[in-house]
Amino acid sequence: MRYARKHSRMRYVAPLSILLLAGGANAADKDPQYGANPDLPDPQRGLLPNMGVPEKAPWDDKLPTVPDGYSIKAIATDLKIPRQTLVLPNGDILVAEGSGGHAPKTKPKDFIAGVIKAKGKSSVKGGDRLTLLRDSDGDGTYEEQTVFAENLDAPYGLALVDNDLYVANQGALVRFDYEEGQTEASGAPEVVTPLPEKINHHWTKSLAASPDGQTLYVGIGSNSNITERGMEAEVDRAEIWEINAETGAHRAYATGVRNPTALTFQPDTDELWAVANERDELGPHLVPDYLTSIQEGAFYGWPYSYWGQHVDPRVKPENPKLVESAISPDYSLGSHRAPLGVDFSNSAVGGEFANGAFVGEHGSWNRADPVGYKVVFIPFENGEPAGDPVDFVSGFLTGDSRTRGRPVGVTVAPDGSVIVADDLSNTVWRVTRDDAGSEPVAGMDQPTTSENGAAMPEGDSMTADQPAADEDPTGPNEGVTKEESEMPKEGYSGSDEGSDST
Amino acid sequence: MIATAERPTRSGPNPLHGMLLAGAFPLFLGAALSDYMYSTSFEILWSTFSSWLIAGGLVFSGFALICALIGIFRPAGSRGLSIVYFVLLLVTWILGFINALVHARDAWAMMPTGLTLSIVIAVLAFAAIWIGFTSRKTGGQS
Repeated sequence: MRYARKHSRMRYVAPLSILLLAGGANAADKDPQYGANPDLPDPQRGLLPNMGVPEKAPWDDKLPTVPDGYSIKAIATDLKIPRQTLVLPNGDILVAEGSGGHAPKTKPKDFIAGVIKAKGKSSVKGGDRLTLLRDSDGDGTYEEQTVFAENLDAPYGLALVDNDLYVANQGALVRFDYEEGQTEASGAPEVVTPLPEKINHHWTKSLAASPDGQTLYVGIGSNSNITERGMEAEVDRAEIWEINAETGAHRAYATGVRNPTALTFQPDTDELWAVANERDELGPHLVPDYLTSIQEGAFYGWPYSYWGQHVDPRVKPENPKLVESAISPDYSLGSHRAPLGVDFSNSAVGGEFANGAFVGEHGSWNRADPVGYKVVFIPFENGEPAGDPVDFVSGFLTGDSRTRGRPVGVTVAPDGSVIVADDLSNTVWRVTRDDAGSEPVAGMDQPTTSENGAAMPEGDSMTADQPAADEDPTGPNEGVTKEESEMPKEGYSGSDEGSDST
Repeated sequence: MIATAERPTRSGPNPLHGMLLAGAFPLFLGAALSDYMYSTSFEILWSTFSSWLIAGGLVFSGFALICALIGIFRPAGSRGLSIVYFVLLLVTWILGFINALVHARDAWAMMPTGLTLSIVIAVLAFAAIWIGFTSRKTGGQS
């Protein structure tokens, strides 16, 4: 009799467990989640989180895919986790390499997740350095590669203001003196201001300098997916700081941005824009990562709400008052794509890519079928996003859901070339336009870049909307494979920006 | 329950089995209590405690489960009770494992399911121990 009672209790529990087991996977992939008003399905979370970590695949003799009329080439390989790049006035390229974060494993889950995520990462140790790439003769091959600075602490954001080179380490914003043509820093950097670095679940400190060079903006990611490390850990997190370049004084310029992984200023409007990674474990179609202009003083929801005022029930205690003030971002890139790089285009990029923004999508881990793993272009009109993202650099994913690389930082050089850092194959890629860039193989004149990097390609090739290079019979992909381009070596690196797919 | 001939020399499961079985209960009970603390305080550390307590409870009850399985095939006071004990412990363990997954959800996403399950599991573990020791009271060892 006693046992019968226990049995009835068990029966009460059984339906509960069935309920819990349901809803683990949902692979239906429709992605109308672009733009200002993305579809937001109801949150879902089965017993196991929806995940898919593509394993590393070698490039062999393959190259990423670029649009017709463009070529791609690896300009540096065997780096140590390249993240963000900066094109210097003389055309040199600085690459920030490193891996940060000191989040302790606190729950059994963290140990298991660590093993799963390691499969999708490079096993190379972060370089904690800046590497300088130089193409002295302008032939598109960056034959000089020097270590500009080392012993940094997971450097990520980079900005140059006149002769001051700012580097956002994971725990401090530092400044180097920079002279044009330098291949090595003249000394140790000086600290402008410390940055929040406790735990550093999201460690990447993105950086942009205001057009007048007086103010620096640093993106500081949250210290958890959704407050699971406690509210105290979130002080000074999920914010974009405005920092006085002179004094180092700071204030929160915008808050509630879960992980602002890249910042940039829009050329004509001088508005600050950011890409941000949103929260996980609400299903494969939540929450959209976004590209947005950053409004001063605005609250973007994290952790209490997402996409404006959609309350996240996982956060306690609640804060309805703050949620009321939350605003929606400008443009959804789709869920879990993990944008880590953003830069505005310029007319030298040409074709349909002249007006808009490039976004480097590291690619998803927190949904079963991988999305992202490419660089997309978001066309703009009148200073605002106007249209769905277009693939600019793709072909990272293999057919069997492995991936050869993961794009991070994207930088548009004044000469119209697009620099993409890839932290899985430890490569820096450079995309050039066949009839404008410095690709002798395309039979064009020598590049016009170099002097100050601001050089423009020759006139008429820039007429908009012309995909360019019609006369070049070789398609972009076949075309590039003919060139001898350095292929990234097989052998990968292991990096961790903490949690996410970042 | 209907113990007619008790042998004083061998009463209850063998010491290792007994320790594993009895040890699971305070761990599952602790998880239920710290879940309760989390549900009232929103203090995340309590939920972390729960996660580890559940993991510990699974280790203890998992090994006890192996002993219980062996016990079914060994002479005991009541084979029927041995089977009931085994099934009860098995259900406890399965729910415990589900509870561990529930506790792997971030922040409040584990609630209120986590607390409910933790309480149910603590009660089941208690029942399993009770029957487990009873079933071993007479006859051989496990």
